[in-house]
Amino acid sequence: MTDSTSERPGVIDARPVRHPGRWVALAVILVLIGMMVSSFLTNPRWNFAKALEIMQQTPVIEGLWKGTIIGTVGAMAIGIVGGVIIAVLRLSHNPILRGVSFVYTWFFRGIPRLVLLAMIGSGVGFLYNRIDFGVPFGQQLASFMGLSSDFTFFTLNVNQFSSTLLAGIIGLGLSEAAYMAEIARAGILSVDTGQAEAASALGMNRGQAMRRVVLPQAMRVIVPPTGNETIAMVKDTSLLSAIPVITELFYQTSAIGNRTLLIMPAFVAVTAWYLIVGSVLMVGQYFLERRFGRGFGTGAPNKRFARPAGAGGA
Amino acid sequence: MDQTPENATPSATSTASRTRTSGPEAPLVHAVNVMKSFHGTEVLKGIDLDVQRGEVVCLLGPSGSGKTTFLRCINQLEAIDGGRIWVDGDLVGYREKDGHLHHLTDKEVATQRRDIGMVFQRFNLFPHMTALQNVTEAPIQVKGVGRKQAQERAVQLLEQVGLGDKPSAYPAQLSGGQQQRVAIARALAMDPKLMLFDEPTSALDPELVGEVLRVMRDLAQQGMTMIVVTHEMGFARDVADHVVFMDAGVVVEEGKPQDVIGNPQHERTRSFLQRMRSEDREARDDEARADSQDV
Repeated sequence: MTDSTSERPGVIDARPVRHPGRWVALAVILVLIGMMVSSFLTNPRWNFAKALEIMQQTPVIEGLWKGTIIGTVGAMAIGIVGGVIIAVLRLSHNPILRGVSFVYTWFFRGIPRLVLLAMIGSGVGFLYNRIDFGVPFGQQLASFMGLSSDFTFFTLNVNQFSSTLLAGIIGLGLSEAAYMAEIARAGILSVDTGQAEAASALGMNRGQAMRRVVLPQAMRVIVPPTGNETIAMVKDTSLLSAIPVITELFYQTSAIGNRTLLIMPAFVAVTAWYLIVGSVLMVGQYFLERRFGRGFGTGAPNKRFARPAGAGGA
Repeated sequence: MDQTPENATPSATSTASRTRTSGPEAPLVHAVNVMKSFHGTEVLKGIDLDVQRGEVVCLLGPSGSGKTTFLRCINQLEAIDGGRIWVDGDLVGYREKDGHLHHLTDKEVATQRRDIGMVFQRFNLFPHMTALQNVTEAPIQVKGVGRKQAQERAVQLLEQVGLGDKPSAYPAQLSGGQQQRVAIARALAMDPKLMLFDEPTSALDPELVGEVLRVMRDLAQQGMTMIVVTHEMGFARDVADHVVFMDAGVVVEEGKPQDVIGNPQHERTRSFLQRMRSEDREARDDEARADSQDV
């Protein structure tokens, strides 16, 4: 019996498959990288030292914070909240709300952001010098009834407001909401209808079922494209100069480049900043995806209940 | 016994007088002439059913006979096209006023569903919540029970279904049988007066069916009123007080399980039961063969 173990196949010690193609590709890439690095070092016009200097200048940093980062955060906040609301309206039983949601998406998805921002910046102020908040048709009512009050509670000076960062953020946010609505709608539709049924069978109303059961599961599908949208928004804040809001990364950097004739170093500086912000966002997206992937096998946060292979899905 | 919608319709007066008595002796579920069509296809052609308090009723029949649809009508996951359903004396989905029926609002519908627990074929647990959270969700959100109190009750219920050791497991980390037992605990957490089971063991591997049926047997023994759509003949024979055989949208035969299953009067019932038995036998033969190979 002792020699029976030697007859039975033991531990596998196989030779790996060779991959000569990988080595060829590595060689080609190394040569190309070498050529590029050499041009960086030998061509004085790149001037990376100046680029690094421009990156740290006060107007550039200010533009990065105020225009690009606050602009992105504000516009995406409006976009995500607005987008989810529009998506829920789109899927509602109320035909009027469905129609409103459709027209909104049709309009804001249809016009370029540059055009929208230019219109908000100069067009709206030309049409309406000021906007009064009060009772609808209050002024007409007041003159008709001969009253002194015109039912206005609050007045917005459009000419002062329309060239501010806030106006730009609202413009970008409204446009973003139209795209986010489609993403949120796809996410909501991706959740099995049995989930909403189970929630309503427990006595939850439609709002509770949406908020507590459907949306949290939809987030798993919504987060990756939203990360994409956020990174796109970082770049689209450069359109704020159409408002015109000039405390914005690209405007400030290229202004320095034009003034000092260091055009290419300025472009390098702005590219570096956009890449840095984009990288930080990608890390944030990773953690968000892990958070909303709870209970779906991948990256289960609770290691004690590691999922056994082949266990049934939900 | 084959009932057509016409002769199954009771006179309006007798219906009204019966439902006004919503005392303890009145049936908990009283369905009269329930009709339902999907895209012009009649799925339910006038179903009558009474379920007494504490009674277990099993709905049997071939797939497509309408038994699942009927179950879903009771808690308004489907709206009925004709007939009436009363649960505990309340007309389901409508209010009768000035001789007209008025639709209930979404909120009123949600309130009616609170007292009716439902267990689905595909479990439909909330995958982003742990077993405990699945059970506490509705009491906290719908009834406004305090978190601590809801959790204590949930732990009790999970113990009752044999899952006291799994409160923090996510559904994906549980077997099908365990998931279905969590789903039963989730429904019980709302303290329903009626439990609906829609083929609760049909999506399970054969070796996991027993653990779910055991929980349902315990529940029946505790006096829960249950309507169970099932293909498990053994469960129907042993646990049901009343068995209803449906085919093609009508009730073909109903009565005590020993009569309907043991001595069916109708050809359709007989051929259905025969089919079920031969499937059972095949399964048993397979098992026997597997056993003999193990030796």
